[in-house]
Amino acid sequence: MGLILAQLLTGLANAGALFMVASGLSLIFGVTRIVNFAHGSFYMLGAYVGYSLMQVLPGAVGFWGAILLSGLVVGLIGALVEVIVLRRVYAAPELFQLVATFGVILVVQDLALAIWGPTDLLGPRAPGLRGVVRVMGEPVPQYDLALIAITPVVALALWYLIARTRVGVLVRAATQDREMVAALGVNQRWLFTGTFFLGCALAGLGGALQLPKGGADLLMDFTILAQVFVVVVIGGMGSLPGALLASVLISVLNVFGVSYLPQSTLVLMYVVMVAVLMWRPFGLLGRAEVAGELGQVGAPEEPIRPAGWPIRATVAAALAVLAALPFWGSPFSVVLATDILIFCLFAASLHMLIGLGGLVSFGHAAFWGGGAYVAALLVARLDVPMEVAMLAAPVGAGLAALAVGWIALRASGVYFAMLTLAFAQLLWSLVLQWGAVTGGDDGIVGVWPADWASGNTAYFYLALALSVGGILALRHMAHAPLGYALRAARDAPLRAEATGLHTRRLQLVAFALAGTLAGLAGGLFVFSKGSVFPNELEISRSFDALIVVFLGGVKTLSGGWVGGAVFESAEDLLTRFAFWRLTLGLLIIAVVIVAPEGIVGAARGLARRAGLTRDADPAREDAR
Amino acid sequence: MHRKTVLTGLAGLVAAAALGIAGLPAAAQDGEPIKIGEINHFTRLPAFAEPYRTGIEMAVEEINAEGGVLGRPLEFVFRDDQGEPGEAIRIAEELMTREGTVMLTGAILSNVGLAISSLADRREWVYLASEPLADAMVWSQGNPWTFRLRPSTYMQAAMLAEAAAQTDAVTYATIAPNYAYGKDAVAAFKEVLTELKPEVEFVAEQWPALFGIDAGAEVQALERAKPDAIYNVTFGPDLPKFVREGTTRGLFEGREVFGLLSGEPEYMEPLGDEAPEGWTVTGYPWYDFEGDANAEFVSAYQEFAGESPKNGSLVGYSTAKSVAAAIEKAGSTESDAIRQAFEGLEVAVPAGDITYREIDNQSTLGAWVGTTALRDGGGVMVDWSYKNGADYLPDDETVQELRPSE
Repeated sequence: MGLILAQLLTGLANAGALFMVASGLSLIFGVTRIVNFAHGSFYMLGAYVGYSLMQVLPGAVGFWGAILLSGLVVGLIGALVEVIVLRRVYAAPELFQLVATFGVILVVQDLALAIWGPTDLLGPRAPGLRGVVRVMGEPVPQYDLALIAITPVVALALWYLIARTRVGVLVRAATQDREMVAALGVNQRWLFTGTFFLGCALAGLGGALQLPKGGADLLMDFTILAQVFVVVVIGGMGSLPGALLASVLISVLNVFGVSYLPQSTLVLMYVVMVAVLMWRPFGLLGRAEVAGELGQVGAPEEPIRPAGWPIRATVAAALAVLAALPFWGSPFSVVLATDILIFCLFAASLHMLIGLGGLVSFGHAAFWGGGAYVAALLVARLDVPMEVAMLAAPVGAGLAALAVGWIALRASGVYFAMLTLAFAQLLWSLVLQWGAVTGGDDGIVGVWPADWASGNTAYFYLALALSVGGILALRHMAHAPLGYALRAARDAPLRAEATGLHTRRLQLVAFALAGTLAGLAGGLFVFSKGSVFPNELEISRSFDALIVVFLGGVKTLSGGWVGGAVFESAEDLLTRFAFWRLTLGLLIIAVVIVAPEGIVGAARGLARRAGLTRDADPAREDAR
Repeated sequence: MHRKTVLTGLAGLVAAAALGIAGLPAAAQDGEPIKIGEINHFTRLPAFAEPYRTGIEMAVEEINAEGGVLGRPLEFVFRDDQGEPGEAIRIAEELMTREGTVMLTGAILSNVGLAISSLADRREWVYLASEPLADAMVWSQGNPWTFRLRPSTYMQAAMLAEAAAQTDAVTYATIAPNYAYGKDAVAAFKEVLTELKPEVEFVAEQWPALFGIDAGAEVQALERAKPDAIYNVTFGPDLPKFVREGTTRGLFEGREVFGLLSGEPEYMEPLGDEAPEGWTVTGYPWYDFEGDANAEFVSAYQEFAGESPKNGSLVGYSTAKSVAAAIEKAGSTESDAIRQAFEGLEVAVPAGDITYREIDNQSTLGAWVGTTALRDGGGVMVDWSYKNGADYLPDDETVQELRPSE
């Protein structure tokens, strides 16, 4: 009994920091509709800033003062990011802002390394709270009790701010209907900046508060991010009570999981997440999305049309030059081109899903990594030849996509995205912790191509054929009836249904197709590298694909592979230098600001202004 | 620490890229440096990778001051793989086909090491896995082209098991990250300890997520089992959390604790004055060497780097020394000649003379085993002794069974 009570207290104490970070993320999303990928970075900054302040401020007053101050400092940094970067891209396509926040992650990682150095910092202990209290004979650290006391205070203060003050009224109004608030004369800009300040301050506070239970290290941004996403999604995006409930639930569950299922702690968390979302797709206390709420922001998309002969000729010529690469390039350029081609196929598959289907997936790595694992497992465990394994990869990934899509499509918008993330994480944790079959972290090694494809050049041609074939097939699909129907379901679901289109089935087909091609890319990947590890299923792999698609341009047909090629090459070039993450991060942020329509979108705009192409919209053409 | 900055490097880069795509083969002429490709997680795990890099740089300076290798200067080309196996494979291809490196070294994370090793086997390139600890590197996934410098998980766990067998503890609880290294470390410890002392009993096994430990809960779960002794494999950011919760909640009082790698400066220094006392650990007590090659290395390193050496510094230094010795013995920079030279290669490194075993390509570098204590507000190892790696490997028949490739 005493032990169970003590475990419960441990869980509640752990919930404190988690709640603060999660509520910040939830708040920001609720008001600004930005999924802040950089939220973990603000948490990390909170820990580092708190650590530095505690070194200079003495005593108990200094300790608690440092925690409050680091919340303030991190909040200000967040507000700065909002003013400098995000404010410029609110009109960009839905969720585009997350690309900017991804740039912020990279910048913060390198800045933290430069300022605080590579060594992990051990957090100072809270003065006067170093000991334990015996609760029914079990030791409970005093600081745990302090955290248990602080969390409700913060939660209450937040509740008061939101429920009882004018600012809170405005924030709630903005959560419900942004345009209406603006129409009533409220300065949205400051509301957004203010919300960003508050959300980031909470993250910073969480980071500083956990110092006495750990410290500051350079990996903590991604470590917390996955957990925070779980909490926010279970609680319901935008719901503060939901965040509180979910962080307590997850933390307590974790503590008991550690004691009674020590091998499966990761899996447990994601199983709970998937279960909750299947029962309530909008989270425990979230509300259903109003139709059209997350609809198209910014300029409406141009109708797509088949490429004219100049473009076709250019592409054919470029492909011919690329196909001749082994004859004029160095051996390494062939390897690099193979990698880029494979990644382009992966990006293009997600791009189709987002661009044509309007379905943003945060978990596309599940199908890329899934395909890779299907192929690798078949080769390593069953000695299947490469040709069969490479065929099985897209089939396996496609079937998985069919199953995941069938469940995830119950929700829409960002909830759909979160469900896909949940499934991807579930798959990742399974692969990681089911070592007997998957090899766990040691992965599956020695998966090399068959003899005929074993040379780098032969494999390059295989990748070229399959990737370009896949990308062309996707492009063809956009012009086929399926593509038209998908875009109808995306832009006007009600009208599409009224004309007899089964929108959900269409979306399921699109999801399965995207999964299939991602699986093909994964299968190509595993044979080009000879091995596969759980990294390929990680959250950051999904992010890579997302960033690339948005950078390339969602509202274009070629954004996926163009973004993939540019990003992959830029990364290959930049990683040769010190502080390359800073450079890449700034580069991403610059592209976001300069070209909110993505690289292809911006290029198209330039070409049009230069008079190189016609306006795609005949109505506008007539008007000129 | 010579690293190009982005700005100064960009111009050269454009030229290099142009050359690279046009594919000029790097001619290996007399007087041109012999290049070694070093792939590591410089951005992902800088705390470990940077001291390692400095160790290499110091050794290279020494080697070149003495006339280089085969009369040519030695040069390491450092590349960051972000801790991603897929990136590491591509970089390896680039280093070997474009940069003109003659062999590969590096990696800390075992999965990256295993990926490079598999490529090395396929392309017949020599790879010296300097830091990855996984037993699979030289055993189950071992191949003729991959050699490993650092004492493996098995060897270090066996050293601790030997120390554990001499205590009165009978019931053990283990805590290890839920990942391959953690599992190997627990399995090896159990195997060796049970062999030495059959009456021991393992009463609890805890497997926190790597770098995601819920320390309070783990400590409660260990306490619940009431073991005589605890075997700890957690490391990185997990270790301070575990130590702090365990100390606060009195977990370590009256218990023997055995900590794999916990005595390495990389892990002890961040703990400061909260370093645990009385743990039996493997590590690197650089502060207490006197009058031997180790002491010379430490003072030379402090002069070179302006900071105290880490375990990685020693490994980096020994890596460069091993590479130089192998190429000198091979008398050529051909891959197969280097591979043959590594078989049975004997090298003098600060820790002593080591041999790269012909049977499994594992070096006999050992580790220091000692007890932790506090000194001047920091954790140190006392009563330590150096354990020769050769004494902690299974007998040859077992090794042959473990290593199917040969």
